[in-house]
Amino acid sequence: MERTAIRRRLTWQVATVADVRRETETARTIVLDVPDWPGHLAGQHLDVRLTADDGYRASRSYSIASAWDDSHGSTIELTVEQVPDGEVSPYLVEVLKVGDPLEIRGPVGGWFVWKPEQEGPVQLIGGGSGVVPMRAMLRAHAVAGTTPARLLYSVRRPESVIYVSDLKELAASDDVDVRLVYTREAPAGEPRVGRIDAELIEQYAFKPEDGATTYVCGPTPFVETVADLLVAAGHDPARVRTERFGPTGGPR
Amino acid sequence: MGIVSPGFTGRRGGGTDLPPGQYLTHEFPVLSAGPTPHILTDHWEFTVTTETGEKYKWDWAALTALPAEEITKDIHCVTRWSKLQTTWKGVSLDTLLADVETGADFAMAHSYGGYTTNVPLEDLLDGQSWIAYEYDGEPLHPEHGGPARLLVPHLYFWKSAKWVRGLVLSDTEDLGFWETAGYHEYGDPWKEQRYAGD
Repeated sequence: MERTAIRRRLTWQVATVADVRRETETARTIVLDVPDWPGHLAGQHLDVRLTADDGYRASRSYSIASAWDDSHGSTIELTVEQVPDGEVSPYLVEVLKVGDPLEIRGPVGGWFVWKPEQEGPVQLIGGGSGVVPMRAMLRAHAVAGTTPARLLYSVRRPESVIYVSDLKELAASDDVDVRLVYTREAPAGEPRVGRIDAELIEQYAFKPEDGATTYVCGPTPFVETVADLLVAAGHDPARVRTERFGPTGGPR
Repeated sequence: MGIVSPGFTGRRGGGTDLPPGQYLTHEFPVLSAGPTPHILTDHWEFTVTTETGEKYKWDWAALTALPAEEITKDIHCVTRWSKLQTTWKGVSLDTLLADVETGADFAMAHSYGGYTTNVPLEDLLDGQSWIAYEYDGEPLHPEHGGPARLLVPHLYFWKSAKWVRGLVLSDTEDLGFWETAGYHEYGDPWKEQRYAGD
């Protein structure tokens, strides 16, 4: 059957932790060496499986934070935000160390992805750790993008920003427009404190007629609000792709 | 059993009545691929299209006039949360399909907003699926698929299409939205059929 050929079976692979980088008080980027990684699209995720010494297992899905480029060898990056009372994320953020093995399976997901050959501008709107798959998209865009890209990134306070150095680099380039939105506390010189609203979308996002594909990722209330604002502003719902983040998508 | 994760003990206590790889939640998480469509019941319509092209339609008044059932079921999301003993009200697909003449083996559920998911027709019959319009005694919230969603609780919850607007019956199995994007074509949580080939 033709379909079987296209739908590759995913198997567990043993990766090795090559490096870890603290991003914020609660988030860490883990660099994994994966000898047989088949490559991935920017925005895809993978499953991580932990096994205790008595055989007990727990698995969760995490977005891949790096773009795939064959020339980069065999490493990929995950950025994990520690979930209070979580089972897997505290281990990944606090316990796992360089040299440890980590079982992974992926990549997964063919919808919340950006491909360089895609037409039209790219609008990214991330809340908190929802920026993780967007970092992969921006990295892929930096290598192969030919259309303009914009990132609207909502964070609580300056210390909550992950990928600070990446974002500075991106903000300095001509191809990408980066705008941070602070919801609780802003740095000196930034007068606005508050959530993303209709005015901000109007001011900083591509217009409906620009034909952008918009990606929205974050906790559920963030995603619901932003997606509703986009639709209300005249954006075609079919061009708005969403992904909910968090332990269970966040409480309602 | 493969490798051990150094220093990992786990939280346990997930419960023995959960499918493999699932954890228990008491919240009701939301997962969808795009903006939430807000469909007024005045404009709502549900259509069953058979393999010969014949159409059967119900508007909101017709749906809610049909005998409804109270349903209590465990639900299992492929993103690994499970929620036990959720309560719904809706119309059984046995009722809706009772007078539909078909020899089809497969159904594709279509939703407002463009979502699709494929389910074998036999999985929709014999008390296994409903068009649900109440959750926990309240009208189903748009975030959770209101005004009405398909409820097929014995399969991973992406099969329970939110904002459902119709079923297209067919002799051949086509793949829906997530199934095309790498997820399993059937999605049995007890066999842990998460991704294609599982």
